[in-house]
Amino acid sequence: MSLLSEPDLGTPAKDGPATVSLEIDGLSVTVPEGTSIMRAAALGGVEIPKLCATDSLEAFGSCRLCLVEIDGRKGTPASCTTPVAPGMKVRTQTPRLEKLRQGVMELYISDHPLDCLTCSANGDCELQDMSGVVGLRQVRYGYEGENHLDAPKDASNPYFDFDASKCIVCSRCVRACDEVQGTFALTIEGRGFESKVSPGAGELFMDSECVSCGACVQACPTATLQEKSVVDLGMPSRTVLTTCAYCGVGCSFKAELRGDELVRMVPYKDGGANEGHSCVKGRFAFGYATHPDRKLNPMMRESIDDEWREVDWDSAIAYVATKMREIQARHGAGAIGGITSSRCTNEEVYVVQKMVRAAFGNNNVDTCARVCHSPTGYGLKQTFGTSAGTQDFKSIAKSDVIVVIGANPTDGHPVFASRMKRRLREGAQLIVIDPRRIDLVRTPHIEARHHLQLAPGTNVAVINAMAHVVVTEGIVEQSFVRERCEEYEEWAEFIARPEHSPEATEEITGVPAEELRAAARLYATAGNSAIYYGLGVTEHSQGSTMVMGMANLAMATGNIGRDGVGVNPLRGQNNVQGSCDMGSFPHELSGYRHISDDAVRSVFEDLWGRELLAEPGLRIPNMFDAAIHGTFRGLFVQGEDIAQSDPNTNHVTAALRAMDLVVVQDLFLNETAKFAHVFLPGTSFLEKDGTFTNAERRINRVRPVMAPKPGKHEWQVACEIAQAMGYPMEYSHPREIMAEIAAVTPTFAGVSFEKLDKLGSVQWPCNDKAPEGTPIMHVDGFVRGKGRFVQTPFVPTRERSTRKFPLILTTGRILSQYNVGAQTRRTKNVAWHPEDVLEIHPHDAEVRGISDGDEVTLSSRVGETTLHAVISDRMPVGVVYTTFHHPVTGANVVTTENSDWATNCPEYKVTAVQVGLQNPVPHLNHEALSIPALAD
Amino acid sequence: MTHTMSPQIRLANEIAVQFAHQPPEQAAAAIAQHIRQFWDPRMKADLRHQLDTNPEAFDPLALAAARLLNP
Repeated sequence: MSLLSEPDLGTPAKDGPATVSLEIDGLSVTVPEGTSIMRAAALGGVEIPKLCATDSLEAFGSCRLCLVEIDGRKGTPASCTTPVAPGMKVRTQTPRLEKLRQGVMELYISDHPLDCLTCSANGDCELQDMSGVVGLRQVRYGYEGENHLDAPKDASNPYFDFDASKCIVCSRCVRACDEVQGTFALTIEGRGFESKVSPGAGELFMDSECVSCGACVQACPTATLQEKSVVDLGMPSRTVLTTCAYCGVGCSFKAELRGDELVRMVPYKDGGANEGHSCVKGRFAFGYATHPDRKLNPMMRESIDDEWREVDWDSAIAYVATKMREIQARHGAGAIGGITSSRCTNEEVYVVQKMVRAAFGNNNVDTCARVCHSPTGYGLKQTFGTSAGTQDFKSIAKSDVIVVIGANPTDGHPVFASRMKRRLREGAQLIVIDPRRIDLVRTPHIEARHHLQLAPGTNVAVINAMAHVVVTEGIVEQSFVRERCEEYEEWAEFIARPEHSPEATEEITGVPAEELRAAARLYATAGNSAIYYGLGVTEHSQGSTMVMGMANLAMATGNIGRDGVGVNPLRGQNNVQGSCDMGSFPHELSGYRHISDDAVRSVFEDLWGRELLAEPGLRIPNMFDAAIHGTFRGLFVQGEDIAQSDPNTNHVTAALRAMDLVVVQDLFLNETAKFAHVFLPGTSFLEKDGTFTNAERRINRVRPVMAPKPGKHEWQVACEIAQAMGYPMEYSHPREIMAEIAAVTPTFAGVSFEKLDKLGSVQWPCNDKAPEGTPIMHVDGFVRGKGRFVQTPFVPTRERSTRKFPLILTTGRILSQYNVGAQTRRTKNVAWHPEDVLEIHPHDAEVRGISDGDEVTLSSRVGETTLHAVISDRMPVGVVYTTFHHPVTGANVVTTENSDWATNCPEYKVTAVQVGLQNPVPHLNHEALSIPALAD
Repeated sequence: MTHTMSPQIRLANEIAVQFAHQPPEQAAAAIAQHIRQFWDPRMKADLRHQLDTNPEAFDPLALAAARLLNP
């Protein structure tokens, strides 16, 4: 494909059934009411010159280039700010308009460096284009007068430059930061001729509140804000449409290349998930794909104490197959297994689970979603009937109340957070339920109506108390419950018990009863209320219970089955949804169907030609236990760094050491590879060919930007291992894998590469009933028939603060880094987050003699690590917080074996810890460190 | 409670406490069903084995549930 240039219609689309017909340059045009003349003209094929207008931003009317004449009206109004009217007759090209536009352009150019031939935006500059469009042939004003040509360049951002000498002060960057991103980091400083774009109060970009999302760069019509990669490499010449490999938002991008070199990633306006927006990771942090740390050849060693030696693919695959079979011969068929990755495509995941079930001959397959959203799978299946968020992202534009529970969207899911912030600025109410004061609680033009700052580990008590208020105050949506749900009466009796009241739970949760009551009333009565949640819900000993508790609350208030409502997991990795959909869990085949179901199993057995076991296999934590017990001895790990990301690192590494064969397929020699015997090089998202499924069930194409650097696709490697083990498994292209997925999975029955190429994306279920997919689920009925109320007793975690470990540690992630950091640590994003730090409340710091920046020891009953302290009152007294992006920190050294009761998802969010100075000053009173324990 | 006990007992006990609000027979059946749905055969076998060797480590509901698991 040549360079894909998306049309810019100048102003945003307007919704609504009413239309208006008008005439533009003699052409009859009919558009939705409220549309600007500029957009109407563009839709009719008439381009009106413009500079300050772009269709991602509301009209501004400052450049005066888009002037038009309208019959019967005086003057020359700006077409961007003038809405269409019935019968209007507009002329866009007249001698008067031509003269005006040339005058405007002449003034712009008189203060602009005329270095077009050597400018980095040459060929991609709207100022240059408009000069041509308006026919500017001379500039009568010289450079002798005052100008901005010597304005300094700000090169502080690692990814883009700000060259103020080229700025035309159109405010597109400022408005993009405000309207699209919602950060409000930029402003126009000064008045008149002194006006200039300024990050913050005259700061450098890197010192300002800029989050480096790239919206300003995208909006800039000149070379003022320009990617450094374009400056260095030149303008790209071709486009490959693909999907971001970071978080579960799954943004669509135009990968723009010059030859075979990737120059930049530009968010795609037609991308269903992101609609032209991006974050610092997806937009800029792709350098890891070509980082010198990447390993491109297979490697082997007999012992983990040996040095690696490079081998050819055939040798590596033969060794894996032989060794796996040897282990099975000696220790039984169930002694080996595999882990699939949420960073891999649906097709790659599907073939690995098939390799395990059909070639290994057992169900010992699990996915890294085990440690993040497995409780979502359990909880939503029990209540609604399937494991998926209920809404599309666009739905939030219709929400009146937004509840964010245990999630930090501005850091973890920034592009969706921008949608959320836009709706909040429009007036939707926000309830945040989180121990930490996340940015959303108070950010420019947004303030949470309620921040329920609960104690870690008390989610279920809080959600039960909210449901208690709804039931006992008589604000249940009775008709919805009566028609759509079952087991309500039993649940209502349970939840109405006094022990669930806000007053009774206040002492446990720390949430004032009156505030909780107000939040519950708001959620239940304000119209459309939507819940968005993250790992602060799932990574608890009652993660699954909490998911069911949220579902109960949504059903009781009728907040399911239409725009603006729902229960929505914000998935951590790009293909968490997909890896779960593809049958990665040991108890489920693709489409969330239990392995014990004979009819379902027979579909696969017929196609695969192998009898499948009817009982579930081992989950990841069970694999570790079994390895230490000696019954599990061979593991294939696809793109997950279990030694860094899984809890209780010492336990994990002991399990890995106990195995006879650990095979790691990854881009880098990660922490897990230290315990591996075979390393198989993986492919980055720029090399993959397949699909990802995002948090809104949207299946997006991932198209290869370059050939696989290791010489093989990952799905080919899995197939070759299976074949070497005696099981025939062959595909000539990933579209054949998707065809097989569609053949065996009812919710994917209508999905094909051809359809995705035609429609862009679809949201499952996609089948005969919904040939173009299903944006919103449970509209006319729940997947399981009736929505089921499930009783959710609050059971406190076993992990309590004690005299020895008096603080509670909870973990999270930060905007610039991603998961264990394997990718983002190998990009310039380290400029924002060079290390993990420990956030500690000023009180907790003071009694320990800790100052900001001190190196501290963080210890729990299972391990100890060191970090630098950051004093912060975002956490309440008694709670500390860190991230887990850097292996040197080893945050999971201290997390424990506790897990969700239903799914074994680790309880990352609650660990009793102690914090002390690494080198304490002798005169400090260390008795002070033993503050009263919450419980023994 | 120590962490040196069989992981299966710990896991069964953690499940059991979630069903403690139900009548004992109903709870035991629900716990057993959960284990059937989600546990690997060797985990179930180990749990049954622990019934004989380490019954005092079980939560009473987990004990009742384990007894419902067929070999």
